Amino acid sequence: MTEIKNKIEENTDFESRSLDTICINESELVHPWWYNFKYLLLGIFIGFVFVKSEVVSWFRIQEMFHFQSFHMYGIIGSAVMVGMVSVWLIKKFKVTSIYGEVIDFHPKPFNKGQIFGGLLFGTGWALTGACPGPLYAQIGSGFLVVGITLLSAITGTWVYGLLRDKLPH
Amino acid sequence: MIELLKQAMPWYIAGPLIGLTVPILLLIGNKHFGISSSMRHICAACVPANISFFKYQWKKEVWNLFFVGGIFIGAVLTAVFFKNPNPVAISESTKTMLEGWNITDFSGLLPTDIYNINQLFTLKGFIIIIVGGFLVGFGTRYAGGCTSGHAIMGLSNLQLPSLIATCCFMAGGIIVSNFIVPFIFKYL
Repeated sequence: MTEIKNKIEENTDFESRSLDTICINESELVHPWWYNFKYLLLGIFIGFVFVKSEVVSWFRIQEMFHFQSFHMYGIIGSAVMVGMVSVWLIKKFKVTSIYGEVIDFHPKPFNKGQIFGGLLFGTGWALTGACPGPLYAQIGSGFLVVGITLLSAITGTWVYGLLRDKLPH
Repeated sequence: MIELLKQAMPWYIAGPLIGLTVPILLLIGNKHFGISSSMRHICAACVPANISFFKYQWKKEVWNLFFVGGIFIGAVLTAVFFKNPNPVAISESTKTMLEGWNITDFSGLLPTDIYNINQLFTLKGFIIIIVGGFLVGFGTRYAGGCTSGHAIMGLSNLQLPSLIATCCFMAGGIIVSNFIVPFIFKYL
């Protein structure tokens, strides 16, 4: 009985997830936990790049939103270019992951949340000068008060989860 | 070498390196680049509160928490070993504009005029730090992704909804940065 109940709950969860285009781990492989250290290493490298390229800087974000420099547009634009070519190559040559798994891509269905949520996030981005990745990097750079911003962002995520069914999607 | 690593990184090196995160994550574990979901996993792990949105096997997504933990550590290491002695190289017009907003400290990555613990208890600090943070968390989850998940991963995979989301991020940011942030700094 409990098993059936769990199954139903799991299904509902998948249902609700179909709206939510977060990065779902489809991998069926089960690895020991310490395999995750490779993501930690990659994160360390990205944290370095985030700080060195100043994308974590509040000043850079204001500059971008006032079109006063090409810097941020150059970074986002070239990152998308490299990402696009890589994804195209992976699809074209059906490249598998290092564990031999087929790499799967899922379409992100449109919903109005991308508009409303997008505008709200844009507002937060202009105020805090940070998107989620840079928040972690700003704290690491010694701005401990950004820990409050991160806690507030986690609260925002939680409140979204609470109100989700009542919001237009 | 150390001296070189201390300098700011130009956009044409940083951008491609950030873009390479997309194929590296796909190749080392079939993972999709996206950082804002880490906050959902934190909610699911710490305060699921029986909300269906947080009832999933967050342990399967724990790689994402290792990744953001890495970003934090990477920033710490950069601050300790490769700190750039120069201020952020923003354009002169930006600097003049920000001075007009009564910002005086340009030495770090963030203006300490606002990013210090005392400012938290002012209306200005409350709006920038707390309301801003809340909107980052609420908005990214409502939109289903952030700059990494939509603007980089989604556009790399040619997803139209990600383009719509990215345009809305920019539209919201441009409006607020031009019409609301100056007001907050000048008058609050």
